[in-house]
Amino acid sequence: MIHAATPGLQAAGPMEQFEILPIVPLTLGNIDVSFTNSALWMTIGVVAIALFFFFATNRRALIPGRMQSVAEILHEFVANLVRDTIGHDGMKFFPYVFTLFIFILTANFFGLIPSIPGSPHNLHTFTTTSHIIVTFALAMLTITIVIIYGFAKNGLKFLKLFAPSGLPIWLMPILVPIEIISFLSRPVSLGVRLFANMLAGHIILKLFAGFVIALLGAGGFASILAIAPFLGSIAIFLLEFLVAALQAYVFAILTCIYLSDAAHAADH
Amino acid sequence: MLVSILTAGAEAAESAGLPQLDASTWPSQLFWLAVTFGLLYWVMSSMILPRIGAAIEERRDRIADDLDKAAESRRLAEEAETAFNRALADARAKAQAVTGEAREEVNAEIDAMRKDAEAAISAKTAVAEQHIASLKASAEAKVREAAQETTRAVVEALIHETPTPAVVDAAIAKAVKA
Repeated sequence: MIHAATPGLQAAGPMEQFEILPIVPLTLGNIDVSFTNSALWMTIGVVAIALFFFFATNRRALIPGRMQSVAEILHEFVANLVRDTIGHDGMKFFPYVFTLFIFILTANFFGLIPSIPGSPHNLHTFTTTSHIIVTFALAMLTITIVIIYGFAKNGLKFLKLFAPSGLPIWLMPILVPIEIISFLSRPVSLGVRLFANMLAGHIILKLFAGFVIALLGAGGFASILAIAPFLGSIAIFLLEFLVAALQAYVFAILTCIYLSDAAHAADH
Repeated sequence: MLVSILTAGAEAAESAGLPQLDASTWPSQLFWLAVTFGLLYWVMSSMILPRIGAAIEERRDRIADDLDKAAESRRLAEEAETAFNRALADARAKAQAVTGEAREEVNAEIDAMRKDAEAAISAKTAVAEQHIASLKASAEAKVREAAQETTRAVVEALIHETPTPAVVDAAIAKAVKA
């Protein structure tokens, strides 16, 4: 087992960081909706985003300051993404895609903040997007919007998504099931991709950190070896920043692509 | 050593299990996700994104306006320049015309004055020439007279006889010829 190297340095298991711990127990009817560490970090993220954008756009200067520039760059970045993938009438989805992008980005980044040493476990930094139920819920939200918008815009022609026109009739029995399966796997892959990336990154970070503690605890020559996992954890930490931004971007762009499919299903 | 650490890590991972698969935490997570995401969507779509969009739009309009204004100013400047150039060319042409006229006038005056002067000079010359001619003629006559008197006086002194003027004249003419 892993022992503490020095008093106060406790190497936690790599899974402990994902535990959902209640802060304020709450029930709604007979459903447990306790305010947990996950809820805390969702709230922190949303409040931070709201505050940042509120102050960034407070003055609405003609020549933007630093914060306003960041807000405008993010705005233009997502707006261009939506315009380029869905087209101009896709801009009605812009607030949704922007909220999704900024929510996931913030959750991913805030999950990388180191916890305060010695703070209670339920106040440790928590990555809300490392839970499959959260990412899958966001993926299902996107797919639900895609389906509703698809039928609302194209009527039954939305089903042409599964049977593109110009397809030889004998290919139908093969291709249509494939298309249906690929459509159904979209929310799964969308949700699992983000969840798995966050999960794997944080497990690896924790394992490397655990190695450092264990090697230091072993003493002697092994303590010198601790430099290797220490450098490794720094490298992984930096990589995780890239992953955090990349996964938020991937989620946003895939949402746009699926919405674009729904918008142009009848043209296929 | 390392192997034991690795197995310890793996054991810890196994014993804890995946907290993500504990379905009892799902309602709470979904509830708070709905609340926070919903709130964020509301704040973003109703307040913040329109603000940013308006700021960007305003700047774009302003830049377009300024560019229009700059183009207008440039056009005006170019017009002013052509007008200035035209005025300059006109003034130069006028100046040339004026100087030309003045030169002609002066030339005409000079010509008139020269003609007057020439006329005066030629009149004076003619008078002077006449005077010279008359002086010359009178001088010849006087020389001849002097010669006749001298001849007569010489002849009287030599031979005590007064020659007739006709003889004297002939002798002088003969002597002048010689």
